[in-house]
Amino acid sequence: MSSMLVLAIVLAIGLAAFIVGRQRAVAQNDGKVKPHSRAHYHGWWAFLLAVLPAVLVLVVWDIGSSVYLDRQVHAALPVQAEDGSPINEQLSAGLVNSLARGLRRLDDGTQASLPSTFSELQPLLAEKGVALATDTKDYMIPIAREANAAQDRAGLIGGVIAILLAATGAFYSVGAVKPRARARNNVEKLMLWGLLGASTIAILTTIGIVLSMLFQTIQFFESVSPLNFFFGTVWDPRFAAAGSGGSEGQFGLIPLLAGTLYIAFVALLVAVPVGLMSAVYMAEYASSKVRAVVKPALELLAGIPTIVYGIFALVTLGPWLRDLSAALTGGAPFIQGQSIFVAGFVMGIMLIPVVSSLSDDIITAVPRALRDGSLGLGATRSETIKRVVLPAALPGIVGAVLLTASRAIGETMIVVLAAGVAANLTLNPFEAMTTITVKIVNQLTGDLEFNSPQTLVAFALGLTLFGLTLIMNIVALAIVRKYREQYE
Amino acid sequence: MTDVSFDTMPAAAAPVRRDIGLKARYRAERRFRIYGLMAISVGLVFLAIMLASIVLKGHTAFWQTSVTLPITFDEKVIDPQGERATDANVLIKANYPKLAENALIAKLGIDPQDKAAVRKLKGFLSESSRVQLRNIVIADPAVIGTTRDVDILASANIDSAFKGQIDLGVDEARRKVSDQQVSWMNQLKADGVMAEHFNTGLFTFGASSRPETSGMGVAIIGSFFMMAIVLLLALPIGVAASIYLEEFARKNRFTDLIEVNINNLAAVPSIVFGLLGLAVFVNFLGMPRSASIVGGLVLTLMTLPTIIIATRAALAAVPPSIRAAALGLGASRMQMVFHHILPLAAPGILTGTIIGLARALGETAPLLLIGMVAFVADYPATPFDPATALPVQIYMWANEAERAFVERMSGAIIILLVFLMAMNITAIVLRRRFERRW
Repeated sequence: MSSMLVLAIVLAIGLAAFIVGRQRAVAQNDGKVKPHSRAHYHGWWAFLLAVLPAVLVLVVWDIGSSVYLDRQVHAALPVQAEDGSPINEQLSAGLVNSLARGLRRLDDGTQASLPSTFSELQPLLAEKGVALATDTKDYMIPIAREANAAQDRAGLIGGVIAILLAATGAFYSVGAVKPRARARNNVEKLMLWGLLGASTIAILTTIGIVLSMLFQTIQFFESVSPLNFFFGTVWDPRFAAAGSGGSEGQFGLIPLLAGTLYIAFVALLVAVPVGLMSAVYMAEYASSKVRAVVKPALELLAGIPTIVYGIFALVTLGPWLRDLSAALTGGAPFIQGQSIFVAGFVMGIMLIPVVSSLSDDIITAVPRALRDGSLGLGATRSETIKRVVLPAALPGIVGAVLLTASRAIGETMIVVLAAGVAANLTLNPFEAMTTITVKIVNQLTGDLEFNSPQTLVAFALGLTLFGLTLIMNIVALAIVRKYREQYE
Repeated sequence: MTDVSFDTMPAAAAPVRRDIGLKARYRAERRFRIYGLMAISVGLVFLAIMLASIVLKGHTAFWQTSVTLPITFDEKVIDPQGERATDANVLIKANYPKLAENALIAKLGIDPQDKAAVRKLKGFLSESSRVQLRNIVIADPAVIGTTRDVDILASANIDSAFKGQIDLGVDEARRKVSDQQVSWMNQLKADGVMAEHFNTGLFTFGASSRPETSGMGVAIIGSFFMMAIVLLLALPIGVAASIYLEEFARKNRFTDLIEVNINNLAAVPSIVFGLLGLAVFVNFLGMPRSASIVGGLVLTLMTLPTIIIATRAALAAVPPSIRAAALGLGASRMQMVFHHILPLAAPGILTGTIIGLARALGETAPLLLIGMVAFVADYPATPFDPATALPVQIYMWANEAERAFVERMSGAIIILLVFLMAMNITAIVLRRRFERRW
């Protein structure tokens, strides 16, 4: 029995429990005893009692049985292949699983008279649109069939248990409908747990991020020493063919980190002065009419996806600057189409609205009294801004710049398209450098091997990036929070 | 009269003012203002340049050149041996491009024996004529032996030449369209059979190695699936979490932890969510790569903090008097929240959700990692099938060398921006319309 069908049946039982429970509550209200809860709360309580335990059991059973089946498949695999070579258990189990999935597509007649060799089976499967790896072995067919049968049995048992549980819950809860039963409190208590559960998803996500990257990173550090990773100055991962055990690549973080920080620095050089000045103008000078036009326009700038900026840098700005520099020197261009400057400049433009909206909030939070005092002493508005408002807002602005910097470090699409892929160490802003994010994308697109250092390094890079931005965010948020409290 | 005498008083009689640098200070003030204006215009000018360059490059992608030809479904070409009654594969494997080529030869009045001219015709029409004509024949085999007018797409190079994007002043050997092809093009244009039509293919085709038959159909469906998943998961979870944090949670270590987490997640680089999706959903849970379900889940996790922050702000903006009134009339806290606070906060929640969705729609980096950079030619039927997404499609076209792909890419960006702008404007209008000052 498929889980979907079981789920549908359980939900149907729940719906029936809701209707019957509600009916009973309505019928019991004879006007003598004041009911504790309104009728539909009784209905909902019946529904929840019928559905929740059944669904929980179904989920646990599904997970448990798939783990159990996986073990069975592993146990059924022979230790040695026919030619005596040891087999890769993980790989073979994967093949058996995809074979089992493929067999499910066949109709019952074919299932009954299944050919015993893979070469005969393959055309049958191909007809159903199932493509299988060619190194699937004959001995895997009975294992796959057995696995399918065991899965069917497990599904049937789990389905029956879940449906029985749902029916029991429904009968019990419908029977428990009494005028003085506290159905509303029960329902609300469950709802509260639901709300609490939803809010823990944020924590689960963070844990998931850290754990998933940590495991792969540890695996990576088994083949490459952390010392070589964090302090190596050469990035040369050398994509070796799978399993060939080709020459070791070098995974030096330094060139990537340098590129990341350099590009982020160029971006901040553009974004911070421009963004800050626009925020000052918008907060202190602009009339409400100007604000009404410019603010949405800046928001629009912030709403443009980063890939659009990246493509603008790649297709328009980069070639234009390259041709311009070639025309200036009359020979070879000294600005490359993909370079630190192009990527940093475009990223800076992207960050202008980020800086300006963050600092706008911070500047407007500076109390009116400070401004009035300064103006009253005869200072001009710009003097007030430069000597009173900005110094008062400085901690907040530092926080905003830090937040922006963490955005710049984690930005991916602009640098993927505009910064280049060569891991250089250079100081010339008109040459190409690459970043951590570019390398994460490069190492993980199109490749399916997950146990080579070439792909695992992406997780080590990701963890580094996460750690870097996490520290910046925490410091920035703490500064901004402290700053807000100061004036509230 | 006093006025006159006042005016005629000698200037020297005016009190001598100490020079406190007022003029210099006013100049500084003016300079400062100009800096501010310059800063704002930098952002706006850049926005304008970027939009203009995209529209200039991309607007032609919405038009596609095609040739209306009287195609004779010649039995000698489709089924030379007369086997179609017995072998169904004959109709599938027939040489349909030959039909289009013959029709073009007849139309242009070329001698079919002139091998050199016929060879030059090869690259004139799109290869898509094969599928197009095959579909006509398979839908109605009775069409064989008859003649009917069919719109056949021109190939990408001819399309570019027709739109005037190829510089014909360049030496013939160095451009992709020969003089002969240009003269045929002009002949067909003069006959009125070759013209630009609205490019519906851009919206309906899947991935293709030929620019003229590649479109964003798969990407639009993939993006739609993902947005639906994000909306279905992130909105309820986000609202539930915000309600708990804003209305029920006591201030303690645990809620502090949740709060710090949410604020941090909002600032985590999006590519990290891609790594999470790859490690947890694809590797650990064994979900299919390049499927929109994985993309949807990753984007959900990414959007959640945005929605939670917006929802909490909307809930906090509802005045305490409403809460007091509801509780005073005997509502439970749950009833107060769900019957009174939530409906009043709905516009703010909706605005935050739309903005979060718009961000998710334009997000590319995490989708690259979970394998959505895939060559998908067929429409995905369910979220579990391989698909791409709008921004990923743009990224894939950006990596193609041919200029016709650059045109399509810019067209795709225009479409993406139109979607995003529509969403953002809806959010702004909603906010203006329903914003309530308590």
